[in-house]
Amino acid sequence: MAIESIYRDKTVVERLVQQIQKIHLQHPVRVMHVCGTHENVISRFGLRDLLPEGVDVVAGPGCPVCVCPGRDIEFANELALKEKTIIATFGDMIKVPSSAGSLSDSKTKGADIRVVYGPFDAVKIAKENPAKEVVLFAVGFETTACGVASLIQQSNLPENLSILISHRLIPPSMEFLLGVGDLCIDGFLIPGHVAAVMGMEQYRLFPEAYRIPTVAAGFEPVDVLMGILAIVTQIKEGTYRCENVYQRAVQEKGNVKAQTAIKEVFDIVPAYWRGIGKIPRSGLRLKERYKMQDARCRFNNPPFPPLQKGGEGGLDINPGCSCHLIMIGKIKPTNCPLFGNTCIPEAPYGPCMVSMDGTCRVWYKYKRNV
Amino acid sequence: MCLAVPSKIVEIKDTIATIDVHGVRRDVSILLLPEDVNVGDYVLVHAGFAIQKIDKEAGDDAMRLINELIEMDELKE
Ligand code: SF4
Repeated sequence: MAIESIYRDKTVVERLVQQIQKIHLQHPVRVMHVCGTHENVISRFGLRDLLPEGVDVVAGPGCPVCVCPGRDIEFANELALKEKTIIATFGDMIKVPSSAGSLSDSKTKGADIRVVYGPFDAVKIAKENPAKEVVLFAVGFETTACGVASLIQQSNLPENLSILISHRLIPPSMEFLLGVGDLCIDGFLIPGHVAAVMGMEQYRLFPEAYRIPTVAAGFEPVDVLMGILAIVTQIKEGTYRCENVYQRAVQEKGNVKAQTAIKEVFDIVPAYWRGIGKIPRSGLRLKERYKMQDARCRFNNPPFPPLQKGGEGGLDINPGCSCHLIMIGKIKPTNCPLFGNTCIPEAPYGPCMVSMDGTCRVWYKYKRNV
Repeated sequence: MCLAVPSKIVEIKDTIATIDVHGVRRDVSILLLPEDVNVGDYVLVHAGFAIQKIDKEAGDDAMRLINELIEMDELKE
């Protein structure tokens, strides 16, 4: 598309890489991004190979489908197998494994599972099926949560529609990871979409309290490289601040209308992240006044039992799968012995091999021949 | 879930905009957009919602700045 082609321009890319190379750093730098779309552009355009030695970019917990706790998927399966119930969810969720199997497994057993592009599709399904309970299984970060909030704000929602909320907030997970001592994160690359919605203010904490350069970037090669250049420049200069290199979409204050919708509809609660554990103030729950739309209330989803311990120290992770380490950027997919053999997109063994936001899935797509 | 490319608005009806990305058309809600949009504008789209309008001029400014910085740097050498 013409409007974006300049952000893929080879000469600009080369010049930015040269700029990054010119900055001589005292020690190796690890930049963490927290967005599946960033991982896609980095892998697709081979940006890691262009970066000088000593500058590495790792993927953090940027895949909402991957971090959705197995027990939410189990609950969705339980509902799916009830009579006269339809589960509507984003395509990415269908194949994610849990100890009760995936939604796709339930579909094989006869459950009615529908793929939606946006929350409003679920309204349509509910209206077309008045004799059935329709449950929208809503995962996603701030960018998806605002849409679901907007849906909930509508008057005259069909009575047979309820929502199973499994939304997560990005900044609390970033702060959580800074406490994982051996991760050594020197800079954060912020997903431009989340910043476009939530604004820059919520990231001030990282440069101010942790002295970590924090830069919001878009999703073309030039955007990502501008972000990395900004981060290494700050490190070199010893200045730490929030920067926005995605001015064409991100305004300082973000999208206040979307933020207001989120605030109006949700309470912020502690939440589990698959493979990572409980993170304070990182999840959303429907406010009391929307109880009627809350699938957890409607179907009496009891207070959660403790998470099952999975393999090799990972919570909620199958034995042998290393997603708990992938999600925090500690190892790369190619370090997992199952990558590309036992675990492939057609038969994903772990959650990171399902969605195109999942690091293993992205690496499989772009690095299978490496 | 996330369309990483800006989507062009080709039609608006009420609170629904039809967007075009590389020839693929889809309807999205514009309920969450903080400002008015018109046919021909570009928006960021996520899970069925337009979440922000793309400000092309701000993008052009940023690019110009980057180019200037790099050129200045090259002159210094
Ligand atoms: S390759 Fe598969 S099993 Fe290994 S970490 Fe990734 S998702 Fe888990």
